[in-house]
Amino acid sequence: MKRSEKIITNSVKIAGSSSILFILLIFVFLVREGLPALSEVSLKDLFSGRWYPIEDLFGLLPLISGSLVVTFTSILIALPLGIGTAIYIGEIAPKNVKEILKPTVEIMAGIPSVVLGFIGIQALSPFLREFFNLPTGLTALSGSILLAMIAIPSIVSIAEDALYAVPNSYRDASYALGATQWQTIWGVVLPAARNGLLTAVMLGIGRSLGETMAVMMVTGNAATTFSGLKSVIMPVRTMTATIASEMGEVASGSVHYHVLFFIGIILFIFSLIINISSSTVQGKSKQERGQVIS
Amino acid sequence: MTEPKIQIRDLYLRYSDGKEALKGVSLDIQPNLITVAFGPSGGGKSSLVKVLNRLIDLSDVDEMRGEVRMGDLNILGKDTDVVELRRRIGVVFSRPIPLPLTIFENVSFGLEVAGMRDKKKLSERVEQALREAVLWDEIYDRLDDPAASISGGQQQRLCLARVLALKPEVILLDEPTSALDPVSTAKIEEFLETAKKDYTILLVPHNQQQAARMADKAAFFLQGELVEYTDGESMFINPRDKRTQEYVQGRFG
Amino acid sequence: MRRYPEPKESRFGITRQQSQKIGFSFIRLISLITVLPILGIIVYIIVKGGSHISWEFLTSMPSDGMRAGGILPAIVGTFYLMAGTALFSIPLGIAAGIYLSEYAQDSYWTRFIRVAIISLGGVPSVVYGLFGLGLFVLFCNFGISILSASLTLSIMTLPVIISTTEEALRSVPYRFRVVGVSLGGTQWQTITRVILPQALPGILTGIILGLERAVGETAPILFTGATFYLPHLPSSPLDATMALPYHIYVISTQVPGMSSGVQYGTVLVLMVFVLGMNLIASLIRSRARAKRQW
Ligand SMILES: Nc1ncnc2c1ncn2[C@@H]1O[C@H](COP(=O)(O)OP(=O)(O)OP(=O)(O)O)[C@@H](O)[C@H]1O
Ligand SMILES: [Mg+2]
Repeated sequence: MKRSEKIITNSVKIAGSSSILFILLIFVFLVREGLPALSEVSLKDLFSGRWYPIEDLFGLLPLISGSLVVTFTSILIALPLGIGTAIYIGEIAPKNVKEILKPTVEIMAGIPSVVLGFIGIQALSPFLREFFNLPTGLTALSGSILLAMIAIPSIVSIAEDALYAVPNSYRDASYALGATQWQTIWGVVLPAARNGLLTAVMLGIGRSLGETMAVMMVTGNAATTFSGLKSVIMPVRTMTATIASEMGEVASGSVHYHVLFFIGIILFIFSLIINISSSTVQGKSKQERGQVIS
Repeated sequence: MTEPKIQIRDLYLRYSDGKEALKGVSLDIQPNLITVAFGPSGGGKSSLVKVLNRLIDLSDVDEMRGEVRMGDLNILGKDTDVVELRRRIGVVFSRPIPLPLTIFENVSFGLEVAGMRDKKKLSERVEQALREAVLWDEIYDRLDDPAASISGGQQQRLCLARVLALKPEVILLDEPTSALDPVSTAKIEEFLETAKKDYTILLVPHNQQQAARMADKAAFFLQGELVEYTDGESMFINPRDKRTQEYVQGRFG
Repeated sequence: MRRYPEPKESRFGITRQQSQKIGFSFIRLISLITVLPILGIIVYIIVKGGSHISWEFLTSMPSDGMRAGGILPAIVGTFYLMAGTALFSIPLGIAAGIYLSEYAQDSYWTRFIRVAIISLGGVPSVVYGLFGLGLFVLFCNFGISILSASLTLSIMTLPVIISTTEEALRSVPYRFRVVGVSLGGTQWQTITRVILPQALPGILTGIILGLERAVGETAPILFTGATFYLPHLPSSPLDATMALPYHIYVISTQVPGMSSGVQYGTVLVLMVFVLGMNLIASLIRSRARAKRQW
């Protein structure tokens, strides 16, 4: 091999491996800035129920609980809507409707979360306040609804792929047994697409858990711990919102600063678990080569 | 007898799926003749073609040994400049595969990657190659059209032209007419007849008639073995080996 | 496979055809619920923001504590961030995509790379913000700057560009590579002269979608490059900058007595940015599909 070709090959290989470097760098810097929290705040305090940094109270439970409540509720909303829409696009919709629906969902994926947050403040929260007759519309539910809108596009597209991957022969076999299309969807297609749908849900959870701006803008940001169903229509504060709203005001190197990074570590690990476990990392099959010479 | 252009000694090739495609083949390919390599499917003809210009490097190979020489050049050598080798030994595939470029660019591609920049020189070589492949008159006014826009027969001659543009010493053709109509096939065959005075040609024919028509020398491959290698005429009129007889007379395969 | 009962009457005394009808209506309703809010939001923003858009608004500095005047510095800042992100992420992303598609063997290292890419794609945006703060702002001492923010956004954008590049390259038939090499091209020459041009529309689409996401993000630039207010345009990559998404966050939560005209106008400008890029991406895609030769 010529020298120039070798240099190119090596540079391309380095570029290809850069992702490994970056994910490691992220981990290293989170740990570097976040791990000191463990020596500065005792584990017991860290996992206590009060987040009040001004008095050096760094209990993460309310934040974790807030993230979970918001995420869980959002998935309850996004799941039926997302998978239902995927079923409609993939199995039922006529072609022209499909051609409107798909780009709309794509556009939905592109709407910046800060825009959704803005709409949340302007329209959604006032509506919820009236509807539930609340003192404030800035609640977990508001955040969950916005999060659902953010999670839906990825759920739809992954679920759609999963449905698409079900071989048509399954459907034909079902029709041959006299099933209606509806029975086929429920009895054959959905079960066959089970794994893909599960991936869709997992990644939806990942998106919701990591989302920041929309949630921060509409959830009221009160660090309260889950206390029954009512929590859903009360203000909460998520882990992401806490980082986003407080990092700007802390002195770098302070305990508070380290704890915010520590929250970052928790989020990072959550996201790793969700993304790696829901993706089947197989070596991509070598490209279909066909027979060029045979 | 003249010095052979390519000398193959005990060539053995096994793919990584365990298939032995060539089991110790020895063969001298003579210059200025058409050597036809024929035989039933799976005999190793295409594998031989791939070895000769080292396209075999793109396949998953378990083991390859033996010796293949062109003059002083050790074709199988680890340090052999394969890029240079492929310029000297061109190949035409069984179906036309124009690159997704214009007609002109298809022919100039090999020259340009070889470092030729001069626009005028490029044009000259392209025209020359297209004329040689008997294509120029049909497409001289469409050189900037996509190569995919011409007919299949024309495409195959284009593929021939882009090999000729490199002024190769050897041309390998692996069933070059298998996707073509009789008229296009005839054009390719005519070309080969006139071109053999300038080149060394190895042809894998797409049927036995073509083999018999074209062969100056013929090599019969059966399951990785070179069963018989002789003059074209003796091969098809009076084969010595029993297996060749059976195949040539259509009793198996 | 399940057998379906023959009799026309099924559960609840409705026929299978009727239950299919009900089911389909239900799914249709779900899709409507999914899509309508998005269309509603877009129309709403256009109506409320459209009247505020003027040359003046786009090209002048904010005034009266951002309650009036234009949003020029936010627009310019968003352009700078996009350019910076493009500068770093495009070459690296394309090179990495080429490596994965053309050079990588199916080895453990390659799988490791794929895991890293998947992980990068799942890291929450606010965690990217933390990482950028730790690495670029503090460790590299780039400060809160366009440079830090662009680098942070680049790494966030990278997985999108890498995966789309790889996909686009893989969709180019293998036979062209064999032909290129058979004519004496090196692997790299064949890639750059034949394969890459064919994959270009797909790659461009990926780049645009990646940048679209970067442009709309707030959390990653929150502590790495964005600033509340800048009385002049940034003059060097080491300056902090205003940016549309952050500006929306600021004027919808941090400034009391904001005029809703400015708010909706700003939101509309960001949406035009984002949806415009989306539109360009789909135009490229459909045009390329029509022109393709294979
Ligand atoms: N890339 C490959 N990987 C593994 N095995 C291969 C590969 N190419 C060919 N083979 C096997 O090697 C043997 C010889 O194949 P080859 O293509 O050389 O035969 P051929 O004489 O050209 O046949 P045909 O007349 O069908 O073109 C066959 O058994 C084939 O299955
Ligand atoms: Mg063959």
